[in-house]
Amino acid sequence: MNLSLLILLPLVTALVILFCNGLKQVRVAALVGSVAQLAVSVRLLLLYQAERTAGNRSPMLFESKQEWFSNLHINYHIGVDGISIAMILLTASVVVAGILVSWTMDKLSKEFFFLLILLSMGAYGFFISLDLFTLFFFLEVAVIPKFLLIGIWGSGKKEYSAMKLALMLMGGSALVFVGLMGVYYQTGSFDLMQIANTPIPLDVQKFFFPFAFLGFGIFAALFPFHTWVPDGHASAPTAASMFLAGISMKLGGYGCLRVATYLMPDAAHAYSWIIILLATIAIIYGAFATMMQTDLKYINAYSSVSHCGFVILGIGMLTRTSINGAVLQMVSHGLMTALFFAAIGMIYSRTHTRMVEQLGGLLKVMPFISTVFVIAGLCSLGLPGFSGFVAEMTVFMGSWQNPDGWYRFATILACASIVVTAVYILRAAGKTVMGPMDDHYATLTDATWNEKLAAAILIVGIVLIGVAPFLINQLIMPGTDTIMMQVGKAITQK
Amino acid sequence: MSNYSYIVWIPLLPLLTFLLLGLFGRRYVKNFSGILGSGSLLVSTVLSLLAARQYFLQDGQLNGVYQKIIAFKFTWLEFSPNVSIDISAIIDPISVMMLVVVTFVSLMVHVFSLGYMKGEERFATYYAYLGLFTFSMLGLVLSGNLFQIYMFWELVGVSSFLLIGYYYNKPSAVAASKKAFIVTRFADLGFLIGILVLAFYGQTLDITTLIERLTSTQSAEFAGITTAGFLGVSMLTWGLSLVFIGGAGKSAMFPLHIWLPDAMEGPTPVSALIHAATMVVAGVYLVARLFPIFSVDGVSLQLVTYVGAFSALLAAIIACTQTDIKRVLAYSTMSQIGYMMFALGVSKQGGESGLGYMASMFHLFTHAFFKSLLFLGAGAVIHLVHSNDMKDMGGLRKLMPVTHIAFLVGCLAISGVPPFAGFFSKEEILLAAFHSNKLIFGVALFTAALTSFYMFRLYFSIFWNKEAAHHPHDHGEGTFSMKFPLVILAICAVVAGFIPFAHFVTSDGVALETHMDLGFSAVPVALSILAILLASVMYRVANDKPEKVASTMGGLYKAASRKFYMDELYLFITKKIIFPLIGQPIAWIDKNIVDGLMNWLASVTARISELIKGLQSGKVQNYALYFFGGVAALAVLFIYIWK
Repeated sequence: MNLSLLILLPLVTALVILFCNGLKQVRVAALVGSVAQLAVSVRLLLLYQAERTAGNRSPMLFESKQEWFSNLHINYHIGVDGISIAMILLTASVVVAGILVSWTMDKLSKEFFFLLILLSMGAYGFFISLDLFTLFFFLEVAVIPKFLLIGIWGSGKKEYSAMKLALMLMGGSALVFVGLMGVYYQTGSFDLMQIANTPIPLDVQKFFFPFAFLGFGIFAALFPFHTWVPDGHASAPTAASMFLAGISMKLGGYGCLRVATYLMPDAAHAYSWIIILLATIAIIYGAFATMMQTDLKYINAYSSVSHCGFVILGIGMLTRTSINGAVLQMVSHGLMTALFFAAIGMIYSRTHTRMVEQLGGLLKVMPFISTVFVIAGLCSLGLPGFSGFVAEMTVFMGSWQNPDGWYRFATILACASIVVTAVYILRAAGKTVMGPMDDHYATLTDATWNEKLAAAILIVGIVLIGVAPFLINQLIMPGTDTIMMQVGKAITQK
Repeated sequence: MSNYSYIVWIPLLPLLTFLLLGLFGRRYVKNFSGILGSGSLLVSTVLSLLAARQYFLQDGQLNGVYQKIIAFKFTWLEFSPNVSIDISAIIDPISVMMLVVVTFVSLMVHVFSLGYMKGEERFATYYAYLGLFTFSMLGLVLSGNLFQIYMFWELVGVSSFLLIGYYYNKPSAVAASKKAFIVTRFADLGFLIGILVLAFYGQTLDITTLIERLTSTQSAEFAGITTAGFLGVSMLTWGLSLVFIGGAGKSAMFPLHIWLPDAMEGPTPVSALIHAATMVVAGVYLVARLFPIFSVDGVSLQLVTYVGAFSALLAAIIACTQTDIKRVLAYSTMSQIGYMMFALGVSKQGGESGLGYMASMFHLFTHAFFKSLLFLGAGAVIHLVHSNDMKDMGGLRKLMPVTHIAFLVGCLAISGVPPFAGFFSKEEILLAAFHSNKLIFGVALFTAALTSFYMFRLYFSIFWNKEAAHHPHDHGEGTFSMKFPLVILAICAVVAGFIPFAHFVTSDGVALETHMDLGFSAVPVALSILAILLASVMYRVANDKPEKVASTMGGLYKAASRKFYMDELYLFITKKIIFPLIGQPIAWIDKNIVDGLMNWLASVTARISELIKGLQSGKVQNYALYFFGGVAALAVLFIYIWK
C-alpha cells in the first residue's frame, strides 16, 4: 500500500473544501474525505496484519523513500509499524467524529473545515514519517491550524489561549529542532532507522535528549509545561478540543517514544528518574487540580494532564510492558477525551453553560448525551470493559516490573490517582447528569443523528479495546519490541 | 475431565439481557423487560443447579477429593510472557456454591421486582442494571485469574453504583452511590497494589499457579516473597494484607464499612441482592479463594480475624440503636460478614483444622438465603407503609400474614435458633473460634446474643408493638410475584442448614465429618433465646422501657446511634483536610505559580523586545547616532584601554 495516500487524501479534501460553497457542501466534502481516510486506515490495518501473518518481520512496513534535499540528506521517507497504525486509526476516528459534531458550524465554515483537515494531514504525516526532517515538517503543519481554530472560533479568553498554546507549542518545536539537529550532526543522517543503528556517544545523547524529550513533552502536557492545556482546551471550539486532546497531545507522546527514547536510549535510561518524577507529579497534581475545577472543559483538560502523565510514566519506566501501556494509553486517552469533549460540547450547545453547579439532572431530558458523558467518565476512571482500564493496568504492571524502590513508590502514587479520578468523575457526573433538574432545562432536546454517530464511532473504539485488548496488543507489540531492542541494549550496557 | 463448557452461559445470559435492555429496553422492550430479565436468569439458575449437581454429585471428585477444573481459559491481555490476564472459569466447590447462591438470589430478586418496581419509569434500565450486576458477580465468582477477579470486582462496584443511584434525581441517592463507589475504590487501590506485589514475586496472575508457588516452601518464588520485606514486614504479608483491604472495602469491614448503610438508598430489592446476599460477600470469597496463601502467612490471617471480629461486634452494637429498618439490616449484614471473615481467620488449611473455612462458606451460603429474605420482607413492608422508619410501623402482622411469617423465619434463622439454617452455620463458626482463639469466641458469642436482640427488636417493632395505623394506599401485601420469592426463600432459610455442607465444601476438597455437639450448642442457643425474650419484653407491646434503657446507657447509646461518628470522621478528612489542604493549594499553585511563571516569561520577553525594538526604529538619524556612538566608543577603547 502506498502510504502517501494518507497525506494525499486530506490534501485533496482540503483543496475540494476550498472550492465548495456554503456549509452544506463544505461539511459533506469534509465528511466524505474523512470517512474515506478512515476506510483507508482500516485497510492499512488489514494489509499490515496480512503482512505480519505472512511472516514479514521487518520493523517498518510499506516503506517508501524519495530524495528531497540530497545535499542535506533529507529524504521523504515513510513507513509504518503497529504503533503508527494505532495512532493513524485513532486520528481517523477522531477526525470523523470531530467533523460530525461540527455539523452545524456556520461561522466561516469553509475555513473551519479546511483547518481541521489540514491539522489531520499534519498528524498523519507525522505518524508515518521515518525521516526526522519530514517528521518535524508535519509537526509544524499540525500546530498552526490550532492557533487559528482557537483564535477565531473559540470562546472565552480565546486570544490569550490561542497565543499561549501557539507560543508554548512553538517553544516545544524549537526544543525538538535543537534535539534533532544534535542527532543529525552526530550521525549525519535524518533517517530514523539508520540513526537507530548508529551508536551515539553517551555525552552527546545526554546533551540532546532533554531538548527532544522536553520539546515533545510540552505537546504531551509534561509537567510543568502543561499550562497551555487547560486554557487551550477550554477556549477551543468542540471539534478543536477533540483534535487537540485526541490527536495533538499524541504527537508529543509518540515523539517522546519514537524519536527521543528510540534514538537516544542511553540518555533515556540515564534521565529516567527525572522523567518519572515529572510524570508522577503530573498524574497526582493533575488529578487533584481536576478535583477543584468547576468548568466541565477544565475538568477534562486537567484530567488529560493526569492521564497523559501515564503515557510519560510508561515511557520513563522503560520496560516492555510499560511502553506498551504508554502506547495503549495514548490511543485510549485520545478516544476517551475526544468523546468527553464531544459530550461536553453537546451539553454546552444546549444549556449554554459548562459550569458544573449550574447543571443538574440532564439524564431526564437528554438520556443519550448523558449516557455518553457517563461512559466517557467511566472510561476515564478506568472501568473494565473500556479502554482506560486496559491501558492504565498495563502501565501499572509494567512500571512495577522496574524493581527500584523509588520507582515502586512512584507507581504506587500513580495507582493512587485512580481514587482521585473516581472522586472528580463522580462529582462531575453526579452533579451534571444526576441530581435534581432545573426547570428551564426541561425543554432541551437530546442528541441529533450526527452527534449520535460521532459518539458511537468513538465508543466503538473504546469498547473494542476494552473488551478485546488482545487485538490491539498484538498490533502494537512488534513496534514496542523494536523500541525495546534499543532500550534493552542501553540497559544491559550499564 | 468432564465437560463444563456450558457454564459460560451462566454469566453470559445476564450480560446479553443487559446489552439488549440497555440498548433497546427504553424504547422497544419496556414492560416486557422484567419478564425477559427474569426468564434469562431462570435459565442461568437452572444451569447453575445442573452444574452443581454434576460437580458435587457426579464427577467433581477424584479419589475422594474435589478437583479444581478449568472450564475454559484464553489469554485476554498479555503483560509479559508469564504474566497475563486470562479470562477463565474455574470450577471448584466454592465457585459452584457461589454460582448457585448468586443466580438463585438474583432470580428471586428479579421476580420480586416484577411487582415491587412495577410502573417505574426506568423499568427497563433497572432490569438492565440487574443483568449487569449478575453478570459481573458471576464473572467474579468464576475467575481463575487474580486480575480477572479485579476486573469483575470493579464491574460489580459500578453496577452497585448504578443501582444505588437508580433514583438519580434524589440527591441523597446520588450522594450514597458516590460514597459507595469512592470508598470501595479506595479499598480497591489496596487490592490493586496487592496484586502488583503478588504478581511480581509469584511471576504469574493465575491463581492456581500462584497458590502452588507461594505455598510450597521449596519454590524460588516463595523464598523470594518471604525474604523480601518492607518496614520489617515480609512482602507476602504486604501483598495479602493489601488484597485483604480490597476485600474489606467490598465486604464493608471496619473502617471501610461507612458506605453500606447509605447504600440502602437504592431500591430495596437491590439491597437484598447486592448489599446483603452477594456483592458484600465478595471480600469473604476473595479471602477464601486465596486462602491457601493466607494460611501460610499468620500475620495477614490475624488481620483478617481481628478486623472481622471487631466489625461483627461494632455493627451489632450500632444495629441495636438504628430505627431505619433497612439500616438495621445493613448493619446486621456487616456483622454477619464479620463472622464469615473471622471464621476464615481462625481456620487453617486442610483437615479438621480447616473447620473455620468450611463454616465461613456455610454461613455465607445460609446467610444469603435468610438475609435476602429479610430484605425482601422489609421491601414488602416499605412498599405498604411508604416509610423506612420503624416508628411508622407496628402491628402489621394482620395486614401482611405471609410477609410476617417469612420475616419471622428470617429472624429465627439469623438468630441461630435450631433448626433454622443460621443455627447450623453459626454453630460451626463458634466451634471453630472456640478451638483456636478464646477471645474471638467470646466476642462471637456476645455478638450472637446481640444479633438475636436487635433482630427481634426489629421484628416486634414492625409486626407487633402498637396497633397498625391505617395505610391510605392499602394494596395489601403486594402481588403474587412479591409473595412467591418470600415463600421460597423462607423455605430455604429453614432447610438450607440440613445440607451436609461439610461433605462438599472444605478447604482441601476432602469431606469433613462434623458432629453436632449438643453440649456446646446449648450455651449460644440459650443466650440467643434469652435475648429474644428480652426483646419481646421491651418491644412486643409499646412501652417506655426502650427510652429508659437508652437514657441509662447515656453516651454509649448516643455514640452508637450516631454510628460512632465514623461518617463525621470521614467528612472531616475529606472536607477539612484533602480538599482545602491538598486540592485547593494545588489548584492555586497551578494557576499562580506554574502558569504564572509561563505568563511571566511571556511578559518578560515582551518587555525586553519593547526595550530593544528602538534599535530597529527605521529612523536614519538614530542609526547614524548609534553608528557614531559606536565609533566613538571603539576609539575610546583602542586609545585608552588597549593602547
